[in-house]
Amino acid sequence: MTSKFRTKKVEVSYGDKKAIRDISLDIEKNIITALIGPSGCGKSTFLRCLNRMNDVIENCSIKGSIHLDEQDIYGPDIDPVELRARVGMVFQKANPFPKSIFDNIAYGPRIHGLASNDSELKDIVHNSLEKAGLMDEVKDRLNDQATGLSGGQQQRICIARAIAVSPEVILMDEPCSALDPIATAKIEELMSELCESYTIIIVTHSMQQAARVSKKTAFFHLGDLIEYNDTDKIFTQPENQKTQDYITGRFG
Amino acid sequence: MTLPLSFVFFVLLGLSVYFYYHAKSGIVRKAALLSDRTKALPSHYGQQSFLWAFIPSFLILLVLTIGGPNYIDQIFYNKIQELNPTFNESFVSLILAKVINVSNGKISTGEENIIMLAKDYKIAFEQLHFYRGLVVILCAALLGMIISYRQKPGSNAREQVEKFIVNIFFASAVIAIFTTVAIILSLFFEALRFFNLYNFFDFIFGLHWAPNVAIRTDQVAAEGSFGMIPVLLGTLLISFIAMCVAIPIGLFSAIYLAEFATPKIRDFVKPTLEILAGIPTVVYGYFAALTAAPFFREIGFSLGLDVSSESAIAAGAVMGIMIIPFISSLSDDVIRAVPQSLRDGSMGLGATKAETIYLVILPAAIPGLVGAVLLAVSRAIGETMIVVMAAGLSANLTVNPLESVTTVTVQIVSLLTGDTEFDDIKTLSAFGLGLALFFFTLLLNIFALSISRRLAERYD
Repeated sequence: MTSKFRTKKVEVSYGDKKAIRDISLDIEKNIITALIGPSGCGKSTFLRCLNRMNDVIENCSIKGSIHLDEQDIYGPDIDPVELRARVGMVFQKANPFPKSIFDNIAYGPRIHGLASNDSELKDIVHNSLEKAGLMDEVKDRLNDQATGLSGGQQQRICIARAIAVSPEVILMDEPCSALDPIATAKIEELMSELCESYTIIIVTHSMQQAARVSKKTAFFHLGDLIEYNDTDKIFTQPENQKTQDYITGRFG
Repeated sequence: MTLPLSFVFFVLLGLSVYFYYHAKSGIVRKAALLSDRTKALPSHYGQQSFLWAFIPSFLILLVLTIGGPNYIDQIFYNKIQELNPTFNESFVSLILAKVINVSNGKISTGEENIIMLAKDYKIAFEQLHFYRGLVVILCAALLGMIISYRQKPGSNAREQVEKFIVNIFFASAVIAIFTTVAIILSLFFEALRFFNLYNFFDFIFGLHWAPNVAIRTDQVAAEGSFGMIPVLLGTLLISFIAMCVAIPIGLFSAIYLAEFATPKIRDFVKPTLEILAGIPTVVYGYFAALTAAPFFREIGFSLGLDVSSESAIAAGAVMGIMIIPFISSLSDDVIRAVPQSLRDGSMGLGATKAETIYLVILPAAIPGLVGAVLLAVSRAIGETMIVVMAAGLSANLTVNPLESVTTVTVQIVSLLTGDTEFDDIKTLSAFGLGLALFFFTLLLNIFALSISRRLAERYD
């Protein structure tokens, strides 16, 4: 197994407050890795370190090292803007831009100059929608406002928008927390298909979801990485008592 | 015994407050006796009693205070006329005025009749004040007692109190709308009088503005000409220059404040900008006339241009500076209201900050930005003081910013101030200008609203 991300002793603090400390883990390529844990445990903070979205937040400081394909992403020669094109992100609340469906998907390719003409751009948009399983639903209304779609469709627009930039990794921060079970099932199905060509890291509050979709699971608690193992192992024979307590619903 | 207005009012207020507490504690006692719960909170019963004790009595007080003296004057007017049937109306009024002044002790007189009437007048007023106080206080006490007595734990006092509050809101909205309508109507009818004297089409399409008609009726002067185009063009020119200054600076500073400034800088810059908005326009006028105008004149000279000492560009530029805080402060609020999730979404796709601002944030903020600019334009069009001081009064038909021009508001001021007769064509032409300005800003508003509706990218 090759690892996509390799993090060593990562520590993040907001001002004086330490959000996570001493996180060292390797994330494998082309599988789904789930990050679970109670609220405030630092799993989202860790996720946002992986594409340097924490840079945007004031008084946030990061120690330790994170390597993407043996390259230090906090190194001096790394442009965070380029990094974010390689490591895409889908957020908790579906946040399509208040533009047409087409313009939403075309946003990334346009700013990165991925298409040299209109027909190439069209191809990228169509392919991305196809991959996100949305094409049949929206093919007749590509010029309609994306904000007019249902919650589940909006979230898949956001996934399609991330795919359109052809990233290597897709980070998902509780992508289904605002969706109904049917929309959730569609997105989980989509993730399983996508992990053949992308590395996916998902933060989730639903342990069933983690068990259903992920191959490996990391359990965070109060800023510490408690346990990181194969998902089957975590949910059947956890090594740590805290993990055991959390997955059986005794706290959290 | 005299009961002055302030005394009556404070007794009324005191009684009402008393009934508030009386009803509040009374309802708790009644509920305890019945071992029942009150349907609304005790304070609602208190508020109900307060309103019943206060509002009707206050209205009576208002009516008697405003209408009472007029009624007494009318009685004395009739009395004087009966005593001296030969006097004409204005003479009767004169005597009445004398009686009133004598009774107030402002003047003294030796005429027996007048002194007698003045005494009666004074007594009448004292009686009015006494009965006013008596009626108001009795009414408040009676209503307060009745309502407090009738309140039962099962009655819903909250409903009535809240209905009353809603009615107050409604009344405020109605007052606001009616005053607007009244203003427009008065403007409209005065303008109509002007258009009876002067051709409507000559006014709106005329290219020559020279309201030099005779000031006094016995003077001989040329017939004035009232073509509003030069004046309107002056307004447009100055507003345009002001917007050229204010929109870029205001908008860019708003983007800086909302997206780039650290909290420390923001905390300093934003209040400073808002102080700029608080400077009286007269002060901007000094600045325009004493600093900006000579400055533009010197620059013009050094470039070999002939700049008039009162120029549109000086007035427009200073007006632009005056408007900057409106645009920047409002735009800053609008830009910051765009949800963080949209910013994150854009950054997460690898967009730079500039791309995010240009492609996502500004399009989403357009309706608010148009609103901010619109407010600034209305300020510019309505601004008078700076133009009076820095741009002059001569109605030149020009779009050259280096010449002196005049604006609609400045002309209105100069037409209506000073010794002019109120049915004079010169005075009435001000209302024509006012109506034109009103319609112009109305059109501008409608236009800007439709634009912002078309450009808006709605987020939720």
